[in-house]
Amino acid sequence: MRLEPRTDTPLALRLLAPVGAVVAALALCALLVAWTGAPVLRAYGLLFEGAVGSRFALTETLTRATPLILTGLAAAVAFRAKLWNIGAEGQLYMGALAAVVVGGGMLDLPAWALIPVVMIAGMAAGGVTLLGPAVLKVRFGVDEVVTTLLLNFVVLLLVSMLLEGALKDPMGMGWPQSAPVAEAAELPKLVERTRLHAGLAIALGLSVLLWLVDTRTIWGYENRAVGANPRAAAFAGMPVTRVMLRTALLSGGLAGLAGAAEVCGLKGYLTLDLSPGFGYSGIVVAMLAQLHPIGVVGAALFIAGIFVGADAMSRAMPVPNYIADVLVAASLLCMLVAGLLARYRLRRG
Amino acid sequence: MSSPVKGGPEVVLRLAGISKRFGPLLANDGISLTLRAGEVLALLGENGAGKTTLMNILFGHYVADEGSIEAFGRPLPPGSPRAALKAGIGMVHQHFTLADNLSVLDNIAVGTESLWRLRSDRGATRRRLLDLSQRFGLEVRPDALVGDLSVGERQRVEILKALYRDARILILDEPTAVLTPQESAGLFETLRRLTADGLAVVFISHKMNEVFAASDTVAVLRAGKLVATHATASTDRAKLAELMVGRSVKPPAPTPLSPGEPVLELAGVTVASDHGRPLLDGVDLTVRRHQVVGIAGVSGNGQTALAELVSGLIRPDSGRLSLKGSVVEHGDPADMVRRGVARIPEDRHSAGLVGAMAVWENLIAERYHDATFSRFGVLRRGAARAYAREVIKEFDVRCPGPDTRTQLLSGGNMQKLILGRTLAHGPDLILASQPTRGLDIGAVSYVHSRLLDARAAGAGVLLISEDLDEILALADCVTVAYHGRLTPLLPHDRVSVSQLGLLMAGHWDILRDILPETVDAA
Repeated sequence: MRLEPRTDTPLALRLLAPVGAVVAALALCALLVAWTGAPVLRAYGLLFEGAVGSRFALTETLTRATPLILTGLAAAVAFRAKLWNIGAEGQLYMGALAAVVVGGGMLDLPAWALIPVVMIAGMAAGGVTLLGPAVLKVRFGVDEVVTTLLLNFVVLLLVSMLLEGALKDPMGMGWPQSAPVAEAAELPKLVERTRLHAGLAIALGLSVLLWLVDTRTIWGYENRAVGANPRAAAFAGMPVTRVMLRTALLSGGLAGLAGAAEVCGLKGYLTLDLSPGFGYSGIVVAMLAQLHPIGVVGAALFIAGIFVGADAMSRAMPVPNYIADVLVAASLLCMLVAGLLARYRLRRG
Repeated sequence: MSSPVKGGPEVVLRLAGISKRFGPLLANDGISLTLRAGEVLALLGENGAGKTTLMNILFGHYVADEGSIEAFGRPLPPGSPRAALKAGIGMVHQHFTLADNLSVLDNIAVGTESLWRLRSDRGATRRRLLDLSQRFGLEVRPDALVGDLSVGERQRVEILKALYRDARILILDEPTAVLTPQESAGLFETLRRLTADGLAVVFISHKMNEVFAASDTVAVLRAGKLVATHATASTDRAKLAELMVGRSVKPPAPTPLSPGEPVLELAGVTVASDHGRPLLDGVDLTVRRHQVVGIAGVSGNGQTALAELVSGLIRPDSGRLSLKGSVVEHGDPADMVRRGVARIPEDRHSAGLVGAMAVWENLIAERYHDATFSRFGVLRRGAARAYAREVIKEFDVRCPGPDTRTQLLSGGNMQKLILGRTLAHGPDLILASQPTRGLDIGAVSYVHSRLLDARAAGAGVLLISEDLDEILALADCVTVAYHGRLTPLLPHDRVSVSQLGLLMAGHWDILRDILPETVDAA
């Protein structure tokens, strides 16, 4: 048996690869579930029900998916340009910070004006956070993996400092949390009496928009060329540095928007546990989606469903909800293998 | 088909009816070959003719769909490089398989010793290596890191590695593609020593002069079939070229044209490198319409800087660059394209094309801002694809269609793609850097005829090439680059290859004999 590269991969196979990967990951994790002594099929049944089985479950999954779509897009956009942004977590918090500052009563505007201003402020804060490492990369060749990763901790410490000091809510009973954003800055709910908010609509709209930009516009064309071969792009006369900086602003902006949307749509105020690692999970989302903007939506829904479903399952059976982390990690590994198998064909002899 | 010597020395290798299919492509079609001790067999063919596939089957990287291999009278089990090594077959790949961070000695010893033994006998390894190196004149320093070696030295290490494993049949895949002419000559000398010792050598090539310099027998492959096997001495270039390509190939014959107005003028151009030594040092050069100016020289004498300058990638530190009479102040690649410069880059894979993108996307890469291809920032994909279809047809790019991923094209077709991208718009100046490097004969003659057509249509051509035959065949005037300086233009009919060789080595005093009037004026 040996692998030979395919000259072209049929669309059906490209769509089938993630499905096969997920099935393989579920099968692998079934061993762990069985180890806890729980019946495997019932456990997976409960997980599925907990993710999409009711109106509540479905809206919870969609709510959880909203920031993941945005951070997934942030990673996908950057990785396509070979800008290895590991700092989405920090950019998310910078976006959230900008949202509570700008939306916290500083501006007295009606909702239709304040919401866009707050969202744009969040994007700007996230974008600028990544612009620094990007400038260092194009000017001095500083490795952005290191700078963006370490900036996460700098940002978290900054937020912590502000929440203990300047931004601390005087009405917060001493908890390290900010004052809530103004009512006019809150994102409207999509479904009554659930937590699902308009952030989802923004995220879905952006993924379609980014896909159109990527395939249909000069911008996307330049981005893809610079990402695939910067030397050839420069030779052909494309503005490589500008494309890199543009990509950094966009990627950081998407992560910042995730933070602003979480604050204005869900939490209402900023705490240090705003994100359970959405920035890092965004990388997994992007990889599962093979960096495709539309695929990001599917991958984010899948991961959100696993996390929400595993919580529900662990309440009903003796399977810890850590199984969600294992499932997601196994899916990513299976996806990498599936991606390889889709690009090659297996030949006998 | 005539077989060379009947009888003669022992047959060491026999391939019988080898066939191999990759999807719809029949890469090898019933190939039978024999190799005798002490023989150098050249496997000649265009890119994609199946040479490398055949050797990969022989060495066990691929398994043939049909056919059998016999080495030293015993059948060779298919699909096992280990079995091939054991049978005495060694292969030197085009891209070396050495570990840069290990010493020469370690690279040679790796894989030959059992992993279960705790001590390795480096003393014996060293003695054996030095003995082999002396016997075959393959000079290496056993303790040098492979990462510090030149390409020629690495190749010697690869050959020694094969010899160390008792190879009696040596396969070399395009061994000279990465070597300087001097290094190539050294390699051929080594091959003679090896065959004198009774080894048999197969070397893969698509360069005619190597076949005549080094081989006893030549086997010509075309489209997966063995079309002829000849004793090298009994054949000639024209015949082999015809066998390779399948039709007769005419050398380029530029019609004499009188040069027109200047399109490119360099006046006192200096470009400093990062380390202070100038890459270009006070260069004056004029290229006129209807004129091909050839730049000869050993690589690394300023040609790359000159190409980057005219491409718009770098700017002169001092001096002036003018196009069609107007001085270019802040040239960048896009500006050069707008001013009518067609640029054929030295390295088409890394600088010319984006392999992961479609053919049509690469074809519009220099002019996607044109109203034809985009409006208000939105690509007009239909128009771009239609344009790509036209160029593909016009420039005979062999590909399924405009949406084919570019990296799937052969080298020759990639070059046609670049020609199509740059020449389709009637350029005033063509910068051609190594335009035929690595191409096969058919593609070379296509590129040459396109350049000459553009010259006839009124373009000036700046041809930078390491191939002196190419320069003398195409250029109206030649100049030689040496240490960042250029000689005055020399009419091609007043300079010989040996004179060019002397100029390339820096003996500029002979300019007095070639161009008495210019030198006196200067």
